[in-house]
Amino acid sequence: MPAVQETVDQVRRIDVDQYKYGFETLIESDKAPKGLNDDTIRFISAKKNEPQWMLDWRLDAYRRWQTMREPTWARVHYPKIDYQDLYYYAAPKKKDGPKSLDEIDPEILETYRKLGIPLREQETLLGVQRPANEDGEDGEGATSGNGAERRVAVDAVFDSVSVATTFKEELAKAGVLFMPISEALQEHPELVKQYLGTVVPVTDNFFATLNSAVFSDGSFVYVPPGVRCPMELSTYFRINERNTGQFERTLIIADKGSYVSYLEGCTAPSRDENQLHAAVVELIALDDAEIKYSTIQNWYPGDKDGKGGIYNFVTKRGDCRGPRSKISWTQLETGSAITWKYPSCILRGDDSRGEFYSIAISNGHQQVDSGTKMLHLGKNTISRIISKGIAAGKSQNTYRGLVSAHRKAKGARNFTNCDSLLIGDKCGAHTVPYIEAKNASAVIEHEATTSKISEEMLFYCMQRGLSEEEAVALVVNGFVKDVLQTLPMEFAVEAQKLISVSLEGSVG
Amino acid sequence: MAEMAVIKTPAETALSVAFATAKGKLPGAAALRETAFKRFETAGLPHRRVEEWKYTDLRALMRDAKPLAPPPDAAAKARASNAGAAFAAVEGRRIVLVDGAFVPELSDLAGLEPGLTIRSMAHALATGDAAVATRLGQVVPTDNVAVALNTALMRDGVVIEVAPGAALARPLHLVFFNAGGAPAAVFTRSLAVIGKAARAMLIESHEGVAEADYQVNTALEIAVGDEAHVDHIKITGGGAGTLHVSSLMAAIGAHARFNEFLFTTAAAVVRNQLFVHFKGEETVAGIRGATLLNGKQHADTTLVADHVAGACISREVFKTVLDGESRGVFQGKIIVAPQAQKTDAKMSAHALLLSEEAEADSKPELEIFADDVQCGHGSTAGALDDDLLFYLKARGIPHKEAESLMIQAFVGEAVDGIEHAGLRDTLIDHVAAWLKTRE
Repeated sequence: MPAVQETVDQVRRIDVDQYKYGFETLIESDKAPKGLNDDTIRFISAKKNEPQWMLDWRLDAYRRWQTMREPTWARVHYPKIDYQDLYYYAAPKKKDGPKSLDEIDPEILETYRKLGIPLREQETLLGVQRPANEDGEDGEGATSGNGAERRVAVDAVFDSVSVATTFKEELAKAGVLFMPISEALQEHPELVKQYLGTVVPVTDNFFATLNSAVFSDGSFVYVPPGVRCPMELSTYFRINERNTGQFERTLIIADKGSYVSYLEGCTAPSRDENQLHAAVVELIALDDAEIKYSTIQNWYPGDKDGKGGIYNFVTKRGDCRGPRSKISWTQLETGSAITWKYPSCILRGDDSRGEFYSIAISNGHQQVDSGTKMLHLGKNTISRIISKGIAAGKSQNTYRGLVSAHRKAKGARNFTNCDSLLIGDKCGAHTVPYIEAKNASAVIEHEATTSKISEEMLFYCMQRGLSEEEAVALVVNGFVKDVLQTLPMEFAVEAQKLISVSLEGSVG
Repeated sequence: MAEMAVIKTPAETALSVAFATAKGKLPGAAALRETAFKRFETAGLPHRRVEEWKYTDLRALMRDAKPLAPPPDAAAKARASNAGAAFAAVEGRRIVLVDGAFVPELSDLAGLEPGLTIRSMAHALATGDAAVATRLGQVVPTDNVAVALNTALMRDGVVIEVAPGAALARPLHLVFFNAGGAPAAVFTRSLAVIGKAARAMLIESHEGVAEADYQVNTALEIAVGDEAHVDHIKITGGGAGTLHVSSLMAAIGAHARFNEFLFTTAAAVVRNQLFVHFKGEETVAGIRGATLLNGKQHADTTLVADHVAGACISREVFKTVLDGESRGVFQGKIIVAPQAQKTDAKMSAHALLLSEEAEADSKPELEIFADDVQCGHGSTAGALDDDLLFYLKARGIPHKEAESLMIQAFVGEAVDGIEHAGLRDTLIDHVAAWLKTRE
């Protein structure tokens, strides 16, 4: 059983601290003064050289944010956040335009190398541009283990700023725009203006409004009509600076008949204090378009006593605006001290389709409150929710979801399956689904179970020579298989390892 | 973010006035009432922003507060003389409350079985009955606003005690009759204490004259002793009030059996709250319900099954049939405390929508803190299956009849759980009668 052996090896390599991305990169950075006021926003906007309408939009969001209250309905507990005690902008100090790798701080590249991110497209950045079919032999051996040609375009976001975007030229040939949103604001302001805030309105919720006011960077993707994006797009987010909040904003537009698959990954240094991450992701799928959005979230979860860790308060929403469009969310949530995240689909177009596949693993003192919303507005819309929650240690893991079929959503169809697995008797697993059927032809089904790994299963595996840890890893992998299968292939392996690591120390 | 000034709705103001003027006249428990009313006043009428009342916005549904019902006069009692007749097949011991007041002369109190006592709650409160005072509000403590309002304004009800080991031969049938003279508010509070290894069946039927414009807030506390076997069935039918809020608080001992059934048809707005507390080990409970609605009716079933002790088995099955512009709400929460290992809890809630305008809202919740458990829930909403309808019609069964057959089968899954044959048959007839009202 090589997969199991690999898992065990992986687990052994990890020391007590468990979190292998806990290092800090020492680079100089440019920061906005601590605290939040009109000037901070003007500072961010000026840094980005934004048009006036963008600054007005931010200031408007800030004014509205001041009138809002922090939501308290989620099953998460944390000390009050002092929003004036944060840095809202931190950028690695750079010399000139980031046109070549030389000008990217080697420390940052080193960081991404440690993270195992396929920045072997470095060569592209270095200007050693080779034809696409010629294999880069000098690539990062450590990351491309499976021999398959990994062609993933990466946008790396370091603290508040995008530091490198790879494969841009090849994507441009296909007509796909993939760039930091700050750059998109310079180059394609009309596209940004047309779509920004149309899925997650400025006043959507406390954290989204805060993000609208202070977002510093993030990815922008536009896929023109009829184009199938030639490679996976991916963004890696990294919080590095102390006391900073990371507020990125991602906007993906798939025009008529196009297809794009996008993946994001996240890590942060191990620190004693809690750091805030309040991102907003907006997806727009026009007629017949399809967006596949995958997340591997591995922010620093805090130490074993629950000290430190990232507060991950994220608003993600997709709008199936055109008929027959499709949005699929896949998430693997293993990190963060607190996760507050509900990737949703607005199924507006007739015959559109929304999917949500989630694995949420909590260990130590982590608190997860995550789920999805499927809003059926159009006729014959279909949604599918598969959620697997695994709670271990002293963690609390909640699934919270809404499925709503509106009056005009004739023939809407939903299937929901939420399973929770409890490992240990100090954790909690909760399921809070809301089901609202407002028309008779809608068919909504929901099922949920909660149980522990049965003694029989463990006994069976151990009788055949597996240790308890191996047996648990095997059962857990089986439990989450349905969802792992929906991840892009390259990441499924990585995800599988991550699951085992996250559960380290939960047995025995 | 300054605290907003509290603006009271007309109904809230009317309730405050009603409490201020009535508190001197309400029987006993003055301090308890005062604290409970304070709780209500701080919280106000629950609205959709209050999670437990998300789908039943009392603030919007309760435009005004009706005056407290006066004690029933002779005419009202005369109208109630035949109350509960629909359940003759049950052959229960009839206990009648008219407009919220216990009426001994209409009740069957002759030849009580040994170990059974039945008395008026008003009398027990007025005389400061110690047995009642120690239990009241303590069976399952809750900060629910509707219960608080009930505690503040409760006027009468019944206190039933079944001694340890006693087995009641006949079901106790509590008939809550709304005589409907003028619009009125009725607050009843009852208490049942079932001793160790005792056996009792309690049926509550809420009925009244069809035009009764009543606001009813009724509550029952049941303390079930170890090894006892208790069935409780509540039927909410025509005349039960234009706004009917009911709360059941049941605490169940070890090795007991508890069967709960809610049958809801008429009444404009119904909210049935169940707080079931599993405080002893190895208890088996079945909590079921069937709701049939049409027109603009609104029925909400909110259940909290709290497993504090381990190794209990609970099964919840709720069926809702919705026609016209009705709205059915189900909120069911299973809580398993860390020490309640080996809990086995399964909940299912199904809604059948018969018309385009009907709405079904469902929120089944699991809140699990123990790992060695088997818990699950399922919830569905949808229309009648076209293939099944076609199958029946292909065999010569007319459309309406085929629908009725399928609806009966759908509701049957819950109704069949009732052990008492007489009652089961009566409710099956009720379903058939409801189906006849569909044109």
